[in-house]
Amino acid sequence: MIKTSTISLPLLLLGFIHLMVLSAGFLSPYDYASQNRALPFAPPTTIHFIDSHGEWHFRPFVYGLLDQPGSFGFYNEDRKHVYPVRFFVNGDEYKVIGNVTSHLHLFGVTEPARIFLIGADGYGRDQFSRLLFGGQISLFAGLLAASLSLVVGLGFGVVAGFYGKWTDEIIMRLAELFLALPWLYLLFAVRAFLPLHISPTAAFMLLVLVIGLVGWARPARLVRGIVLSAKERNYVLAGRNFGASDLYLLRCHILPQTVGVVLTQAALLIPQYIMAEVTLSFLGLGVGEPAPSWGNMLASLQQYHVLISYWWMFIPGVALIPVFLSYFLLANALQKRLRLG
Amino acid sequence: MRFFLCRIVHGAFLLVGVSILSFAMIELAPGDFFAEMRLNPQLSAETLAGLRQQYGLDQPLPVRYLHWARSVARGEFGFSFAYNTPVAPLLWSRARNTLLLTVPAVLFAWLIAVPIGVGSAARQGKWGDRIASSGITALLAIPELLLALGFLLISLRTGYLPTGGMLSVGFSELGWWEKFKDVTAHLAIPVAVLTLGSLPILVRHVRATMLEVLQSPFINAARAHGISSRRLLFRHVLPAALNPLISLFGFSIAGLLSASLLVEVVVSWPGLGPLLFEAILGRDLYVVIGAILFSTMFLVVGTLVSDLLLFAADPRIRAQ
Repeated sequence: MIKTSTISLPLLLLGFIHLMVLSAGFLSPYDYASQNRALPFAPPTTIHFIDSHGEWHFRPFVYGLLDQPGSFGFYNEDRKHVYPVRFFVNGDEYKVIGNVTSHLHLFGVTEPARIFLIGADGYGRDQFSRLLFGGQISLFAGLLAASLSLVVGLGFGVVAGFYGKWTDEIIMRLAELFLALPWLYLLFAVRAFLPLHISPTAAFMLLVLVIGLVGWARPARLVRGIVLSAKERNYVLAGRNFGASDLYLLRCHILPQTVGVVLTQAALLIPQYIMAEVTLSFLGLGVGEPAPSWGNMLASLQQYHVLISYWWMFIPGVALIPVFLSYFLLANALQKRLRLG
Repeated sequence: MRFFLCRIVHGAFLLVGVSILSFAMIELAPGDFFAEMRLNPQLSAETLAGLRQQYGLDQPLPVRYLHWARSVARGEFGFSFAYNTPVAPLLWSRARNTLLLTVPAVLFAWLIAVPIGVGSAARQGKWGDRIASSGITALLAIPELLLALGFLLISLRTGYLPTGGMLSVGFSELGWWEKFKDVTAHLAIPVAVLTLGSLPILVRHVRATMLEVLQSPFINAARAHGISSRRLLFRHVLPAALNPLISLFGFSIAGLLSASLLVEVVVSWPGLGPLLFEAILGRDLYVVIGAILFSTMFLVVGTLVSDLLLFAADPRIRAQ
């Protein structure tokens, strides 16, 4: 039984997932956009050790694929040739950081065979590579949007709580307005008024901005509550009477008290925002092809024949589960610690 | 009574605020419905300008807002460019379908969540509670999108439930009982997804509030009087824990509306969700605003209902 108050376990899991996603270029055998039009919906490649003659190979190998006669998207293995799996191979170019590029991949197979660990999509693109690269977009959209929300919420919350009076009144009325709307509707509405056909990078920035700015109200309200009670503490009043400036009081006495709430909110908001990105991209309002996101990878499931025939198209959705689970456990643990401490 | 008038006025102000906010956002956005038509070589720039003038899109923002407000007062909610009709009739039928989906989902979710939450609070730390908690956490981690797609897959594989849409072909020729059965069968998947999706949060809240009350001294006193544990739970603890739960009821509607937006699109249920989605793609501004306004209205009504319930349940609020 997992103790719900452990912080290290979800953090480790999240760290692992994010590390994998960040090193997508190295871990994935192909570029996310490289197509194999002859292999639409190729199933996950079976990795063999024993060939058709019953001979044991120390190095694992794969077979090429042949079309199943009279069908589309179904294949048989071509048992004539053996293509060994190789490690640290040269392949498609990818960016490491900034303009530094590399060709080195963790694994790959000899051409013309392909290795699809979790199958291929309708254009014959490797799902595994797309999953990793897509994670960069989906996970970090959530992370960045949540940071944006928290920064804006913290700013407004502190101003409203600390200065009070009419600033407080205006900000809190506005926050109420934002909280009153069902937030996915609001998100859609904001998205509606922005251009639809834009490049993936611009779409990513736009999504982060929109998701982040729509969600500022809840953290702002929570932070305001804490600031309101913090500024009436005796030591803060004492500090003020000793001539401390507003900025000093905020920095040294008030902001440190909001850390707990901000962290807990982060653990709650990030999965919600990841889901928002996935939803928007799923519906074609987010990051567009050929750039992968877990949302637009799931979009092909809107066609019934894909939904029925190719189970590996669900994997981006399944990948969300450990991410969400870790964030929820993290939020739980943080909440518990705050209540005790 | 004054309490309710106050709430209603507050809700009305909220709706006005939301509409102003939406209009302000349109002003910030580039392009409109006719911007897409500019690419059509058969339409001259003058024709487009004429169309804009006809629909009043060339007016400054405050004028347009007043114009729109007047049409709301007439019960039209502006004009849809794509459907070429007033927006209100479109919205009413779609909103009815959304309600058909969300009301049963809310009811089922609460009917399931309360017994589970009460039960696991009563057995805190024992096996039943642990199993329920683990199940709820697992359910919390499964995105609704995946649930919806999974249910669709199952129903397509088994062919037991209809997939997609609201009515079967030839619906109008069926008798009323057949009609009822048909709609229920179509409802099953989206309602199940929405119920399962909103369940975890409700159960967690029910459990937490129950636990809080269970620790209070008056429960110990009641227990010392020899009241049976079942009666204790449902007659003494649950009513005391009711207030935060009723407030949560109002909030749960907001979450459900957002979730139903996505689920409706996935199972092509003709509710507000797909309407809003199509309106966004077609830049049909007044439909977008109308859909947002309607969803806000549901929310306001939901909070009002939860206030009413609170009023009925808690004598302290009535005394104020």
